[in-house]
Amino acid sequence: MARLIAKRLGQMLLIMGVTSLLLFAIFDTDQFRRQIAVSELGGFGVATLNAADYEGWLEKKGLNEPFLSRYVTWVGDVMQGDLGRSIEKNMAVSTLLADRLQRTAILASCFFVLMVPISLTLGVLAGMREGGRLDRVISIVAVVTTSIPQIATAVLLTVFLSLGLGWVPAKSAMVGGFSFRELVLPLLTLLIYDIGYVVRMTRASMAEVMSANYIRTAVLKGLAGSHVIMGHALRNALIVPFTLIFLQLNWLLSHVVVVEVFFQYSGFGRMLYEAAMFGDIAVLQAATLVAVAVAVISQLLSDITYILLNPRVGAAG
Amino acid sequence: MDTHPPQAATAGPSPILECRNLSVSYETRAGLVPAVVDFNLTLMPGEAHGLVGESGCGKSTIALAIMRYLGRNGRITGGQVLFDGRDLLTLSPAELRRVRGADIAMIYQEPMASLNPTMRIGRQLAEVLTVHQGLDRASALDRAAAMLERVRLADAGRILAAYPHQLSGGQQQRIVIAMALLANPKVLLLDEPTTALDVTVEAGIVDLIRDISAEFGTAMLYVSHNLGLILETCQRLTVMYSGEAVETGPVDEVFRQVRHPYTRGLFASIPVPSADKASRPLVTIPGQLPSPTNRPRGCYFGPRCTFFEPGRCDDAAVPMAQVSRTHASRCRRIAEIDWDAPPAGAVTREETTIGRTVLQVEGLSKRYHTVRANEDLTFEAREAETLAIVGESGCGKSTFARILMGLDQATSGSISLMGEELARLPVTKRDRVTIRSLQMVFQNPFDTLNPSQTVGFQIARVLRRFGARMSETQIRERVLELLDMVKLPRDFAGRRPRQLSGGQKQRIGIARAFAGDPAVVVADEPVSALDVSVQAAVTELLMDIQRRNGTTLLFISHDLSVVRYLSDRVVVMYLGRIMEQGRTGDIFAPPYHPYTEALLAAVPIADPTITKRKVVISGEMPSPSNPPAGCPFSTRCPYAIEDLCERTVPPAQIFGEGHAIACHLPRETLLAMEPIIIAADSLNEAHTHHA
Ligand SMILES: Nc1ncnc2c1ncn2[C@@H]1O[C@H](COP(=O)(O)OP(=O)(O)O)[C@@H](O)[C@H]1O
Ligand code: SF4
Ligand code: SF4
Ligand SMILES: [Mg+2]
Repeated sequence: MARLIAKRLGQMLLIMGVTSLLLFAIFDTDQFRRQIAVSELGGFGVATLNAADYEGWLEKKGLNEPFLSRYVTWVGDVMQGDLGRSIEKNMAVSTLLADRLQRTAILASCFFVLMVPISLTLGVLAGMREGGRLDRVISIVAVVTTSIPQIATAVLLTVFLSLGLGWVPAKSAMVGGFSFRELVLPLLTLLIYDIGYVVRMTRASMAEVMSANYIRTAVLKGLAGSHVIMGHALRNALIVPFTLIFLQLNWLLSHVVVVEVFFQYSGFGRMLYEAAMFGDIAVLQAATLVAVAVAVISQLLSDITYILLNPRVGAAG
Repeated sequence: MDTHPPQAATAGPSPILECRNLSVSYETRAGLVPAVVDFNLTLMPGEAHGLVGESGCGKSTIALAIMRYLGRNGRITGGQVLFDGRDLLTLSPAELRRVRGADIAMIYQEPMASLNPTMRIGRQLAEVLTVHQGLDRASALDRAAAMLERVRLADAGRILAAYPHQLSGGQQQRIVIAMALLANPKVLLLDEPTTALDVTVEAGIVDLIRDISAEFGTAMLYVSHNLGLILETCQRLTVMYSGEAVETGPVDEVFRQVRHPYTRGLFASIPVPSADKASRPLVTIPGQLPSPTNRPRGCYFGPRCTFFEPGRCDDAAVPMAQVSRTHASRCRRIAEIDWDAPPAGAVTREETTIGRTVLQVEGLSKRYHTVRANEDLTFEAREAETLAIVGESGCGKSTFARILMGLDQATSGSISLMGEELARLPVTKRDRVTIRSLQMVFQNPFDTLNPSQTVGFQIARVLRRFGARMSETQIRERVLELLDMVKLPRDFAGRRPRQLSGGQKQRIGIARAFAGDPAVVVADEPVSALDVSVQAAVTELLMDIQRRNGTTLLFISHDLSVVRYLSDRVVVMYLGRIMEQGRTGDIFAPPYHPYTEALLAAVPIADPTITKRKVVISGEMPSPSNPPAGCPFSTRCPYAIEDLCERTVPPAQIFGEGHAIACHLPRETLLAMEPIIIAADSLNEAHTHHA
């Protein structure tokens, strides 16, 4: 287990290094340097500079150095906890990131608190009797919700729940402080798709277990149906969905971009979107590090759950 | 059993389990498939009843129908299942649960799959008692531990705390048996309980099952495709064919006086010790089992029966007819058939003459990290000879075949094929002539045929690849000849693999292997995936072609009966090493290597006129990654000499021509061994069964 953790963390550092280096290389063009200058000095200010002054300005800012040496400086700063400044928002990236991550964390926690019990229950109920009426209803609904793109769900939900019924606000900018009502639409948009997906996986796993020979053994021992399900089927059936749930963390991080931008919720996703639009490289770099960390840690959690739930792997180390 | 009490006021003992006209169907996309038709069975308390037949004839369906567990699409369409006089088919779910596991328990074919992989053995066992007898967990575990001792599993504490994957196949099956016995059921249903196990492990389980029925007085329904096992375990048997019982009666009577052409065909197609490829070859049943949706009119066996009489056998359903008070057969012509005549179609062959050495293996070893897959193999095979390599799973047979075929490379040692060194020459570096002269027939013909191409095309491709100069017409002609050779109709050239049965696919596999007229053919368990009657046909075919072409056949098998029947010489392997080798006659007669002796004693023989000397060996094959330093068999050998066998590799002792036994036992001890298989003629009375 310790080996696995060390391996995954090593992987994480490696991916972080490679992606940030790539980002640095991509943004190492004259056009970007000019854009930075524009954002600092204003379009007019840059236009009035002559070539020598511009060069001087770049020199002062350290933007003229070869990108490798700038990269090394950046890595050094990051190690000391300094993520640089956002040129767009003109604030420390760490402050910005902390604020936005916190917002997204609220969204994500609500998401998981609802998604996990609902999808596991529905998936298990459907897979318990494959082909039964309940299974058919649940499976069809799940197929439908996973085949609608999220942007369409977002539009539909806004039209019905907000513009039509007026139950919740259409936007989630939360200008007047935090509001749960404003969280409803982004949350639902994410849930509708992902519950469908996890339900389908759980159902498939449960159905497979229910047709396994050891379930036949349990039934023919004379155990009651509920005992067979709770005692024998569940643990085996949930191994796969549980590992999958942690991977949803990674899924979520990419899908909050669409949802947050659409509903104007000021979280990590929206920050990432704006930084990308603006070319706010320090923010992009920091966001990338976070994304890689989330991806690797969710994979690690997924691996660990698999080991804990499956004695066959656990014994092998 | 026949003796009624003097006062006839009370009837004899009443049956514990009865099936009356039981019919079961499966709903499939093709419609309702009748899997079992009007099945009758009477099982007396303490009696063991065998249910035999080829796969798909409905044996498992019967066992599961008795338990009322037929999955989503199975349905009992008629009849009754009486347990102790009560019809199980009318029980409520709660009543049914009280019967399942407590009164009737089941033992399954694949023990690993039958145990919950994420639950400790202790809990899986204890559950039976907490549910049926209301025991608390601690006392249930105590009882479970005691039961483990009765199924002869040592170290109960460790096993109770283990997960299924931490146990061997034999241990798992003992657990399943213990689980079935815990609630002291009156009836045990056993569905091929030893089919997945190695023969020496199987022998231990069969021994256990027999003792249990004697000790606990449990009645058993024993499902198997192996007539020899039924003879060793049961008092009565029912032979099934295509969903119907075709013959039923006491085992002794049915084995000695077969009264149904199908049962007779089964017996003639299994290699018992009296069969011999030259003087008494196997006789095969022509044709194949009809699909349940497409059964012929009248007698289901009609199209394959040599006694078929139009108008009588195909007019209406054939009823069961009594042969004696206890013995019945579903045949219209019981009285007319001469049952003592030798089965028709038996052709005798001439002995072949064995030629020069073709293949020479010397000191061959193969290691994968710490695993010793092959260790110091030395033997040779000659022209027109059938050399069998026998051993249980994991003994290194297939590793050797892979090295020989160039799919893997030896760690050390040599293989020379007519002077060419092949031990470290991968198939990609072998020239056409070598590839052509060394061909293989695989266990699973399904895996080696391309599903999207016709059979004819695939044989033709092999011919082209061999590079012989042939025109397209010549190739087409040769393909048809090859189909004739493997006795398939010529129009099969246009069929695709999925349109063929298992036996037919294996015939195509043989046609491909012999297409380029090879010098050596390696057959790795070529018939073990096939049904008994098909096995015989394929075995005979393989031998005919080999003899006609003077090919050297390396026959790799775990089945000693088949090996004895068809091979000229035998190499016995255990844990990567050769234990014994010699001419077939020398291997099957004393002196034996202790492992060969155990192997021979373990093979069930479907012949009541034969008795076997019992040999007890314990345990299972050690892991090949951690073999004993000395004799590989020393962990199980009943003769093992302390401080010697487990430390020092035994020398090969030579007896007779080419007969070598690798063992530390003194020569005199080996020479003094008694035969394992004893024919009845030399005994006054064979095999008495007690009811
Ligand atoms: N679940 C099922 N659905 C459809 N057909 C089945 C099912 N189980 C068995 N059958 C069919 O019923 C027949 C009897 O099968 P089975 O009882 O398994 O035979 P056996 O145990 O003798 O091999 C076969 O033709 C088989 O294909
Ligand atoms: S009834 Fe006719 S076809 Fe059927 S087994 Fe008897 S002789 Fe053969
Ligand atoms: S060498 Fe020893 S352990 Fe091996 S077979 Fe002979 S007697 Fe048994
Ligand atoms: Mg079966």
